[in-house]
Amino acid sequence: MFNANLKKLSQCPTRLEAGHRLCPGCGISVIMRQIMSVTDNPLVISNATGCFEICTGAYPYTAWNVPWIHSLFGNAASVIAGVEAMHKSLEKQGKLSGDQKKTLFMAVGGDGGTYDIGLQALSGAAERGHKFVYVCFDNEGYMNTGYQRSGATPYGAFTTTSQVGEAHTGKEQFRKDLTMIMAAHNIPYVAQSSPSNHFDLMKKADKAFKADGPAFINCLSVCPTSWKTDTQTGLKITQTAVDTCFWPLYEVENGVFKITYMPKEKLPIIAWLENQGRFKHLLKPENQHIIDALQKEVDTRWQKLIKLEEATAEDDK
Amino acid sequence: MSKKLFLNGADAVAEAMRQINPDVVAAYPITPTTHIVEKFSKFVADGKVKTEFVTVESEHSAMSACIGASASGGRVMTATASQGLIYMAEALFCASGFRLPIVLINGNRALSSPLSIHTDHSDSMAIRDSGFVQVYAKNAQEAYDLTIQAIRIAEHKDVRTPVMVCIEGFQNTHTLDSVVVEDDEVVKKFLGEFEPVDSLLDIDNPVTYGAAVKPDFFFEIKRQQLEGINCAYDVMKSVGEEFEKITGRDYSKVYEEYGLEDADVAIVLMSSSYSTALGVTENMRESGKKIGLLRPKLFRPFPDTEIVEKLKGLKAVAVLDRSMPQGAKYGPLCTEIVTALFNVGKRPKVYNFIHGIGSRETYPSHYDEVFEFLLSSLDEVKEDKLRFLNLNE
Ligand SMILES: Cc1ncc(C[n+]2csc(CCOP(=O)(O)OP(=O)(O)O)c2C)c(N)n1
Ligand code: SF4
Ligand SMILES: [Mg+2]
Repeated sequence: MFNANLKKLSQCPTRLEAGHRLCPGCGISVIMRQIMSVTDNPLVISNATGCFEICTGAYPYTAWNVPWIHSLFGNAASVIAGVEAMHKSLEKQGKLSGDQKKTLFMAVGGDGGTYDIGLQALSGAAERGHKFVYVCFDNEGYMNTGYQRSGATPYGAFTTTSQVGEAHTGKEQFRKDLTMIMAAHNIPYVAQSSPSNHFDLMKKADKAFKADGPAFINCLSVCPTSWKTDTQTGLKITQTAVDTCFWPLYEVENGVFKITYMPKEKLPIIAWLENQGRFKHLLKPENQHIIDALQKEVDTRWQKLIKLEEATAEDDK
Repeated sequence: MSKKLFLNGADAVAEAMRQINPDVVAAYPITPTTHIVEKFSKFVADGKVKTEFVTVESEHSAMSACIGASASGGRVMTATASQGLIYMAEALFCASGFRLPIVLINGNRALSSPLSIHTDHSDSMAIRDSGFVQVYAKNAQEAYDLTIQAIRIAEHKDVRTPVMVCIEGFQNTHTLDSVVVEDDEVVKKFLGEFEPVDSLLDIDNPVTYGAAVKPDFFFEIKRQQLEGINCAYDVMKSVGEEFEKITGRDYSKVYEEYGLEDADVAIVLMSSSYSTALGVTENMRESGKKIGLLRPKLFRPFPDTEIVEKLKGLKAVAVLDRSMPQGAKYGPLCTEIVTALFNVGKRPKVYNFIHGIGSRETYPSHYDEVFEFLLSSLDEVKEDKLRFLNLNE
């Protein structure tokens, strides 16, 4: 069981140094630090193209204190699969020593690199059972290229490729449910979390690293630049995604669904939308139907999750 | 003791891969190299190799897993062809930019559309500037031999560049041939131990692979990459000489030639076409025709100095390309040759013929036709245009 206190956490090795170039208030570094703080084991990280990669590896500098590889946009999972395979091969041949044997493998990517262009690679690596932890920083759009829509962009949101005008009002499709897609791979551990609930995220990271096979964590990641939100209150805004059940926190451990955070009071979806510039147009009365449709979709998915928890809990008995 | 076996080219390559015993193989099946992957899988199942075999879900992932594995400090191989090679194109450039010594076996096959599983060079020619060293084999024996040598070339400290061994689909991959397979121990000794450079698994010396580069450094990094691939030219020769010492098979040159010493005209071509063309050349020379043949084995880096040396004294040359120049004046091989000859004072006339597209047969009579064309061009210069052999329209 994961049991950390602030003192212990403050002593964890610094894998990601200060001086990276992420925007003020960006969620990604917060998520990464929380996740990496739960283990002392050596880490090797494969990073998909995107904001995080660009901002932490800017030649001739690097913010990384651990072995790190960025290859392409859509192949982070396949690259880490290769790293893990080499580790396995060398270990079998007795060519690894000491701490090297305890190395953990992580692949990280944005929603574009995970929900969209890298989904096939992730699915393949998960199915093959490589021992690695995949972390998706879901900021709901292609931020590195200036905020275009992705499979994770919410219904109704403005992006630079789902614009708001006379004929259209932002993205016209509901977001893909990647956490469920990963759960359908029947891998040992799948979780959805948020840096606003840091112990939740760290507990999940701990389980993911200890899982006997592939593990996947989907993390909502605030992007003040494109969400057009305040840089100081990003985690509060993220919390409203959790409390509206737009972004429920749950895990799927060996097929058993568990909701890890029950909002004391489930907030209406407007609480998540109202402080973000990318949803501003939805606040106009003529767009109320978009909010209603989003509310309905959120409720449906939330109910389904509750049912999944009930159903798999019974299986568990 | 080496032994003589009856193998097709793909099985010969699989045999080489068993002897190389890579630390990781990541591959995806595609005709005509599927049976390399299948055969290798059986070696894995039988415990004949120590390899970690990653059965990826696509070729993009095959090359990506090779990148991850190779950057983690071990010997890595893959095999593909055609659509598969093009599907991994994005990752090929990444592998060479990282200077990873991956060895890739490509079974040359046409590209869709229309779909064809048959041979030509349009796949490997399409990615000829991917930064991979490219060698082209003429038969199963060369496929076996070059696969083994490719490991040494790729891993050489001055090269550190991935190598692509191209063998022709069906003509090589599926055609039985007698192949001398060296003793396992001899191959092992020839290859030596892999020496990791900048491994991701060296946890005490963390490396960053793939940081983004701005205009202030990018140009220099890419220029330095050229040094690696260009070194493959000399290294291939020295590795070839070493290989020749243990096998008796001649690999001291990056090309093969016949009859050039006193020829007026010659055909330049690559891969399996050489064997048929050779028979024709021998016959025609017996009747006193001053003709010759040249087959570059190495295409990237292009051995221009030696090619010029071989061709500059001739009067006319026909270059037989095996891929379509989609909108270019000549096919890629001819373009290289014309470029190489351009600054030479006295140079032959060069004519370009396209042949063997999608496994269209090139019979001895066609080589005959080309030689006659070249000889008659000595009296009357022919039009400078693309020509097609055995095209029925
Ligand atoms: C094959 C390919 N297509 C497109 C791009 C351009 N591109 C780079 S990053 C990116 C978007 C990244 O979005 P995401 O994965 O969500 O990461 P974020 O920057 O939002 O954190 C795009 C479209 C690319 N680098 N490679
Ligand atoms: S654009 Fe958004 S995701 Fe990218 S670094 Fe800035 S805040 Fe982070
Ligand atoms: Mg994103």
